Amino acid sequence: MTGDPRVIASSAARPGAAPVVRVEGDWTLRSLASRAAEIRKELALAGGDADWQLAVSRLDSFGATLLWHAWGERWPRELEADDALKATIERVADAAAVPLPEPRSYTLIDAVVALGRVQLGLFDHVVGLVRLLGQLVLDFVYLIRHPRDWPLFEISANVFKVGAKATPVAALVGFLIGVVLSYLSALQLRAFGADIYIVNILGLGIVRELGPVLVSVLVAGRSGSAMTAQLGVMRVTEELDALTAMGISRTRRLVLPKVVALTLAMPLLVLWTSGVALLGGMVSAWMQLDLSFGFFLDTLPRVVPIANLYIALAKGAAFGLLIALVACHFGLRVRPNTESLSANTTASVVSAITAVILVDAVFAIATRSIGVPG
Amino acid sequence: MSDEPVIEMRGIVTRFGNSVVHDGVDLTVARGEVVALVGGSGSGKTTLLRHVIGLTRPAEGTVSLFGEPLFAGSAREQRARRQRFGVLFQHGALFSALTVAENIGFPLRELRVVTAREVRDLVALKLAMVELEPSTALLMPSQLSGGMIKRVALARALALEPELLLLDEPTAGLDPDRSEAFVGLIRSLRDRLGLTVVLVTHDIDTLASLASKVAVLAERRILSYASLEETMELDHPFVARFFHGEHGRRALARRGEKG
Repeated sequence: MTGDPRVIASSAARPGAAPVVRVEGDWTLRSLASRAAEIRKELALAGGDADWQLAVSRLDSFGATLLWHAWGERWPRELEADDALKATIERVADAAAVPLPEPRSYTLIDAVVALGRVQLGLFDHVVGLVRLLGQLVLDFVYLIRHPRDWPLFEISANVFKVGAKATPVAALVGFLIGVVLSYLSALQLRAFGADIYIVNILGLGIVRELGPVLVSVLVAGRSGSAMTAQLGVMRVTEELDALTAMGISRTRRLVLPKVVALTLAMPLLVLWTSGVALLGGMVSAWMQLDLSFGFFLDTLPRVVPIANLYIALAKGAAFGLLIALVACHFGLRVRPNTESLSANTTASVVSAITAVILVDAVFAIATRSIGVPG
Repeated sequence: MSDEPVIEMRGIVTRFGNSVVHDGVDLTVARGEVVALVGGSGSGKTTLLRHVIGLTRPAEGTVSLFGEPLFAGSAREQRARRQRFGVLFQHGALFSALTVAENIGFPLRELRVVTAREVRDLVALKLAMVELEPSTALLMPSQLSGGMIKRVALARALALEPELLLLDEPTAGLDPDRSEAFVGLIRSLRDRLGLTVVLVTHDIDTLASLASKVAVLAERRILSYASLEETMELDHPFVARFFHGEHGRRALARRGEKG
């Protein structure tokens, strides 16, 4: 009896009677899957008005669903089948009769609501960030009054993770940017015979601007996303709740070490990356313009006032604080599902980079008269 | 129907680093059987189940499903073999980004032959099978209670009309009342769909009301594979602890009253 599912339609036995459709074979999902489209067509051709004979060896709910749909969701006038088969089809029929709630379709009003929600969401984020910052300040005050509670171990582990471990990639990126910048500038400067100004361009450009921003983008992508994902997974696995249940402040234990560590590590990373970028620029200038290392190093302090370095370090600390704050803010907002985790990690990196560039512009305006030769 | 065993394991050896978990495990599960796999914690019950699913591979030995080695044949054949069994993971393992209806319909949709309308009706059917309200269809997994998660996961495991159902701790984390209802549900589905079931469990209530055979995993191999009554007569420290402890006696007494 087993075998491929078959639909055998025969014309009416006598005039006026309905045609007879006989269904044979193995009507299970596995046997039907390979030729479901054909079977559907044959069933539709047979039509719901016919008399049906079910002589199938096996019938599962998929096979029953196919039949039920072919009959137009009602019983055919004549159905020859044993009770077990009828019961299977009946269960399908009962379930099909109960409407599942449909997700609501998207209307114009929903679009307006979505727009409003985005704006309120923005406000919500600002409030959340301010609240997190305020909580950190309170934690800070608490820790100053209870110096034994400093999470020193966590801070040092985080400095190692976000700082020391980031040095190779920061050096690689810095060196290459230095080489490229120096090479492109050298082509232009040579046209004007202004070769030695390469030191001014590289010095001011890298130390004051490129170094801090470059490192921030790198760190936001590398450490910011890691922080968000870590806090997010801790939410999913209820570790955050476990901490709260033990009466341990999650900001003091998880957020503060990250923020402090990144605020400390970023200026150092900026220093390191700017140094390597200048080295790259120096190598390129030497190859392109025959500028000796000695001359470059001699000229650099004269044309780039030391104030630029201080601005860069201040920027580094500010950007580090910002990146860690944004990362933790989004990490704590993750809801326990994978979609929310990925959305918040993306939002964390994008917001951190945007915020860094905005704050960089503020720095540029605020320090416009400091450290610029002229 | 063919009478080849549904699961056949021969000489399974599993090592984690230096520790040997299984040393020559043989187990044959015939069609229609409900086999409970019991053993102390760390005895490798779940690991054995993962070998059957194909998530891990034993260091030595072979696992055959439906008469064919698990990893034999082309990728398409292996996939077809995997569609013949359904798995209920311990914590449900529902896709957290999808609704209940999407979770249950997911394996059907992945076949690429079932139309949207058929998926909808089949999802409604599976929901009814596991005795859930149609209104749960749009909920997200994070909004479900522990018992509901198990039911939805069971519905998803049944979506492809499997012949074999693998259950990892089906009642862990459910209160006794829910646990009993869930066991009843599994039993009625087994009877109706003619499933072969392998379950890993710690819960003697589950075992007593569901299993037709008990496989005791101890001393790195299958110590005994027999009916519950025969297993209880076994003279072994694990059996004594597991079945003849306070809780075990009570559960079995209850079974006696019912049966």
